[in-house]
Amino acid sequence: MAFKHYVMVCGGEGCESKHALAVHDALLKEVREQGVENEVQVLKTGGFGFCGDCPAVQVLPDQTLYVGVQPGDAAAIVTQHLKQGRPVARLVFDAAKNAKMFPADVPVGHQKQLRIVLRNCGVIDPEKIGDYLARDGYAALEKALFKMKPEDVIEELKKAGLRGRGGGGYPTWQKWLFTKKVASEQKYIICNADEGDPGAYMDRSTLEGDPHSILEAMTIAGYTVGASQGYIYIRAEYPLAISRLNLAIAQARELGLLGKGILGSGFDFDIELRLGAGAFVCGEETALITSIEGNRGMPSPRPPYPAVRGLWEKPTVINNVETWAAIPVILLKGGEWFGKIGTATSKGTKVFALTGKVNNCGLIEVPMGITLREIIYEIGGGMLKGKAFKAVQTGGPSGGVITQDYLDMPIDYEALAQLGSIMGSGGMIVMDEDDCMVDVSKFYLDFTVDESCGKCAPCRIGGRTLYNLVDKISKGKGSLNDIEQIRDIGLAMRKASLCGLGQTAPNPAISTLKYFEAEYLAHINDKKCPAGKCRDLLTFFILPEKCIGCTLCARRCPVNCIAGERRAVHTIDAAKCIKCGECYQVCKFGAVERT
Amino acid sequence: MQAETKTELSPGLLEFIRQWKDKPGNLIMVLHRVQQEYRYVPRDVAFQVAALLEVPLAKIYGVITFYHLFKLKQPGRHVIAVCMGTACYLKGGEDLIRELETLIGAGVNTVSPDGEFSVEVVRCLGCCGLAPVLTIDGEVFGNLTKAQLPDVLAKYQGKQLAAATA
Amino acid sequence: MTKLNREGLAQLREQARAGWQQRWHGKQAQIIIGMGTCGIAAGARKAWDAFADELKKNNLTEVRIEQTGCMGLCYSEPTVEVRVPDMPPIIYGKVDAEVARRIVRKHIVGKLLINDHIYDRPALDAFGKQG
Ligand SMILES: Cc1cc2nc3c(=O)[nH]c(=O)nc-3n(C[C@H](O)[C@H](O)[C@H](O)COP(=O)(O)O)c2cc1C
Ligand code: FES
Repeated sequence: MAFKHYVMVCGGEGCESKHALAVHDALLKEVREQGVENEVQVLKTGGFGFCGDCPAVQVLPDQTLYVGVQPGDAAAIVTQHLKQGRPVARLVFDAAKNAKMFPADVPVGHQKQLRIVLRNCGVIDPEKIGDYLARDGYAALEKALFKMKPEDVIEELKKAGLRGRGGGGYPTWQKWLFTKKVASEQKYIICNADEGDPGAYMDRSTLEGDPHSILEAMTIAGYTVGASQGYIYIRAEYPLAISRLNLAIAQARELGLLGKGILGSGFDFDIELRLGAGAFVCGEETALITSIEGNRGMPSPRPPYPAVRGLWEKPTVINNVETWAAIPVILLKGGEWFGKIGTATSKGTKVFALTGKVNNCGLIEVPMGITLREIIYEIGGGMLKGKAFKAVQTGGPSGGVITQDYLDMPIDYEALAQLGSIMGSGGMIVMDEDDCMVDVSKFYLDFTVDESCGKCAPCRIGGRTLYNLVDKISKGKGSLNDIEQIRDIGLAMRKASLCGLGQTAPNPAISTLKYFEAEYLAHINDKKCPAGKCRDLLTFFILPEKCIGCTLCARRCPVNCIAGERRAVHTIDAAKCIKCGECYQVCKFGAVERT
Repeated sequence: MQAETKTELSPGLLEFIRQWKDKPGNLIMVLHRVQQEYRYVPRDVAFQVAALLEVPLAKIYGVITFYHLFKLKQPGRHVIAVCMGTACYLKGGEDLIRELETLIGAGVNTVSPDGEFSVEVVRCLGCCGLAPVLTIDGEVFGNLTKAQLPDVLAKYQGKQLAAATA
Repeated sequence: MTKLNREGLAQLREQARAGWQQRWHGKQAQIIIGMGTCGIAAGARKAWDAFADELKKNNLTEVRIEQTGCMGLCYSEPTVEVRVPDMPPIIYGKVDAEVARRIVRKHIVGKLLINDHIYDRPALDAFGKQG
């Protein structure tokens, strides 16, 4: 028989340190002593992803959440709550704290997340259109077609204040209005599913988990601006998303949710997939359009904007996956509802791919205006292995780093731009003390050099020169003059490059330089990499007092540069050492040092 | 100019080309289909595609060389794609590449001497939560350490490699 | 299938809702496995096979296994939601074949939850519902 209560003690990384175990044991003991062990199961969980005020204890099925629980509280929880059914009020999490982040009709829980874009991901079976329908799927399309004029749809988006989630943050209603106003026989709708930012995968998850939401939203856009054909441009690297989209399109066509006379209205709309082929620049809208046309994906100067002259020279609405996925909810719940979430200039929620050196890597959807501290330390469960936080990178190769000092700043488009980063598509990579900012900047420059299409000189030549300068510094061969040059070239690229790729390519270098100049200087003046990452500046040596002569490092060394007898102190031949770090990693006695 | 040997295109491929022939912007889709069949774009197939689609050969090569995914050389029997997206880079993607080089003797964009593996770099497979990640013939392996690589490779190569690293 | 008009859509939606209700709140246990790319990469298919096999061994043929997309808990993939009538729905993470078998034996048969593998469910969604 099922138990009456399940008491779950958070066992996540963050809680472990704060005697969660003691609380668990105290509860267990109390349950036994009060003789309810046949009604109550006490458990350790894998983690709640909620680390604000640990240790946390959740009681099911009533979902009471206790925070800051001490072992001494166990008796009260068992007697009052589990036996008499009255939760211990003083320990219950105060949800009012979160209430201000959400609209009034959203029941607020302990989580700081709200799933609008990801509403169906992890809930429905993405391969069953029935699941989508059961969760109000295609109701927004029906509403638009039969109860709203195109102007009303645009008005609703305006009220919502929805801005593009692909990086630029341009108001969606304005784009649609421009396209709507242009008189043209043929117009197009495009979904940008090229997701190029290395380290972002919210679009992939949305497409894999809820493909119909994109089809529905694109159809609504077609109705609004007067287009009858849509294209989804998707990375070939996402085979599962492609197959689920294909299936969804087939299902929608079969039911007449795509095709001629949708739902008996006079409106026709169809959607086709087009695959990318591994070119980052094709995420840029003009490059994407030429790529759909079957060409090399070179961007072209704007204006004219795609809204006026886009695919095959016709007016085109192009939006990002996440932007699309929010639209059906906006139509169903109203623009005003959506507009209540977020900050003055940035409305709604944003999906972030939280990765790097945090405990709870994952896809999160949070209201705009949340702080980085809340994201990293509460939702993210804090830093991996308890290392020191160094920076968060947002915006990928077009973005920058945000440091400790700004952890408490509410995040929105403007705030991030002010700090020299960008919202970008939502990659959020957490870096710790072991990550070298010179190396990170080199990594992104390597990426943009690789991905530059070569059409304009500032990006093609400037990017390469920047890379060479940073590379030189990372090898300890830089000079102070190089730093000036990085800034100058960066400025020139920003001003003179043809498309967003070149204009933003210097951002990672400029931004790391702004906040971590000392680290660059250490590479230049002291020939040291403080984070211990830049190989050329490292030396490995063995501490004689710690080495017990186990020979492990010597056996692992790929170039045989470690010498020493069994049970005798070993030495590393620095001249032969290739600095692979293998010995440093394998030594069980901490005898290998690096500086 | 004519290509040396003439590969007979499969009926499936010909049918695909026929279906797409009149759609604007078909070239990239057709090249994907060609690669699905041959795993790269053989020279004489490019010639035939040019003729069938009635596009200049120069345009085809222009497109192939622009996009990273299109290949002009035959890859190894198994393709290893190591993720060098940001998350994977920070968590040691580079170490995986170096280790592969010692294990199979192939660096980035090369084929191992025995023709078994070729190594490529990709930018984010969208599994950053599992970083570092690599794929072999499309199958994803996450949370990898250098030490696990021989076992992972052995699945594809059988005894040969296990013996070599023992 | 004929093309839907508005009435047809309404009917189909009603049917779908009824089916959903049945599956989610009905008399049968349900196992929902996150099958996004990362879930699969982390071993969701192996977990699926283990669930299916263990259900068969225990003669629980009526328990459904369903797939869904990414729940967003990448650090705990493969993730699985287990819904047993009269028990609170539970999200399990890091479910390998061994854990999958334990879930069947202990949770579905024994009505007890499993230590160390419970994670928080994905956040509230736009419709204020959790499933
Ligand atoms: C170099 C570069 C890469 C881009 N990559 C993407 C991308 O991968 N996905 C995306 O949606 N937008 C990307 N964009 C932004 C698009 O150009 C465009 O602004 C966006 O698709 C518009 O949709 P939105 O208004 O919904 O954001 C990129 C822009 C630049 C300059
Ligand atoms: S960075 Fe490797 S999967 Fe995203």
